[in-house]
Amino acid sequence: MIDYIVGPFEYSFMVRALIVSVLVGVMCPVLGAYVITRGRAFMGDALAHSVLPGMVVAFLLGISPFLAAVPAGIVIALLMGSIARRTGVSEDTSIGIIFAGMFALGLVMLSRASNVTVNIEDLLLGQVLGVSQNDVYTSLGLTALVLVGLFTFHRQLVYTTFDPVGAKVVGIRTGFIEYVLLALLALVIVIGIQAAGIVLVMAMLITPAATAYLLARRFVGVMILGAILGAISAVSGLYLSYHVDLPSGPAMALVATLMFALAALAKQQWRVKEAVA
Amino acid sequence: MAVESGIALRDVTVVRGGHTALTDVTFDVEQGTLMGVLGPNGAGKSTLFDAIAGVLPLTRGTVDLYGDASRRGALAYVPQRDSINWRFPANVHDVVMMGCCRTGWFRQTGKKDRELVRLCLNRVGLWNQRSALMTELSGGQRQRVFIARALAQEASVVLLDEAFSGVDVGAQEGIIEVLQSLRDEGIIVLLATHDLTNLADRFDQVLCINHHVCACGSPDQAFTSTVLEELYGSHGIEFTPDHYRPVRRGS
Repeated sequence: MIDYIVGPFEYSFMVRALIVSVLVGVMCPVLGAYVITRGRAFMGDALAHSVLPGMVVAFLLGISPFLAAVPAGIVIALLMGSIARRTGVSEDTSIGIIFAGMFALGLVMLSRASNVTVNIEDLLLGQVLGVSQNDVYTSLGLTALVLVGLFTFHRQLVYTTFDPVGAKVVGIRTGFIEYVLLALLALVIVIGIQAAGIVLVMAMLITPAATAYLLARRFVGVMILGAILGAISAVSGLYLSYHVDLPSGPAMALVATLMFALAALAKQQWRVKEAVA
Repeated sequence: MAVESGIALRDVTVVRGGHTALTDVTFDVEQGTLMGVLGPNGAGKSTLFDAIAGVLPLTRGTVDLYGDASRRGALAYVPQRDSINWRFPANVHDVVMMGCCRTGWFRQTGKKDRELVRLCLNRVGLWNQRSALMTELSGGQRQRVFIARALAQEASVVLLDEAFSGVDVGAQEGIIEVLQSLRDEGIIVLLATHDLTNLADRFDQVLCINHHVCACGSPDQAFTSTVLEELYGSHGIEFTPDHYRPVRRGS
């Protein structure tokens, strides 16, 4: 049993994978707490899919795809907001247009770029066992950046999430704070894509946070519990990936989903008990 | 409050999405006034508050805040129920604490802030409910939490939009009493509602608007049958003038 748990870490690729998994597991739900309380899950999913062209360009240039995805994510986040404002279409429509358009562009670029030797399945579903030393450093750097951002703007982010009108009146620049949140979200998605892939990073972003939302009473509690549950999902997914040879993204997503299902059931039972008592 | 302060609106006109929400609104409010802003739904009350709060561009006219009311963070807003994101899990203490964060990017909460929150919650009588979630409170209690947040912000102007919607009559009385104590400290309190019913006489001033100023003055001056007809159409007459006749309590 101990060998089952400790054994994998004799390999340095597993140590690297563990570091990235924990970072993903902790950081995604912390940002996810804002995503779910603001009702922006679709935005998060769209952002994850839209960074694909940026990553392909990075492959072509021979630089770290995760580094290139950061500016791409930020530009796309800004673009989504501005299309909705300028054309008058609803925000989810504009998100949907960018989402599909950019993802399609990324796939076309990938199919045309003959000199890129990347496994598309790893990109879409995540392959945390394959992260390089540089990826680990990039993830640590991005995590530090996101933590500084969250800490710096915590009160403004909380105020604008709870009471956008009141926040404006007290002089908080709500538009700017919205962009700060989107930029932080783009950074976290980029960290998450390594482990869970473009398609399933969503599961790390919202599912552990949603589970925590069922169980915690206050927002900070959702963030902390979400981070713990996220780390458990990510590390369990890593073990499944290693021992059962599953792609890491689906393994992590399934663990996170299972935890949500259990929490939802427990909460329902608890409510029934309370109603009877 | 040592410094004389107040709000002066001159010819404020706001055109929004092709229709005129406010036309030539002119009035003054001085320090230590409890003013009721009365008008039917869609009469431009929220637009007026947005204009005073400076979050809306004016098509014409000026809004001047002077004295204490002009300092940064002097304005506080008690929002309408549906402008709050109730999905956000916040307890009473968290919400009042938001009032302590007017400025400062790196400022974190300290002992002083917690003490201030305690004082403000005591003033609105909700210290014992500080751990309750906002969604667990009644309409009246929620309003008092937002008033406590304005107090924590050390605001000198408090704007309450549709403060009485979803608040039962008994709780309305309680809110008015808290607002009167704010007024006595020199704070300007503007409360918008579409229905003043029997509380009209508790205000120092009443501003009746229906896209323009129909009347502004003490309740007994403002509520004439002509004004009420302008506000609510001919059925407004049913309220007039006896229904609104001010009844002086106490003094």
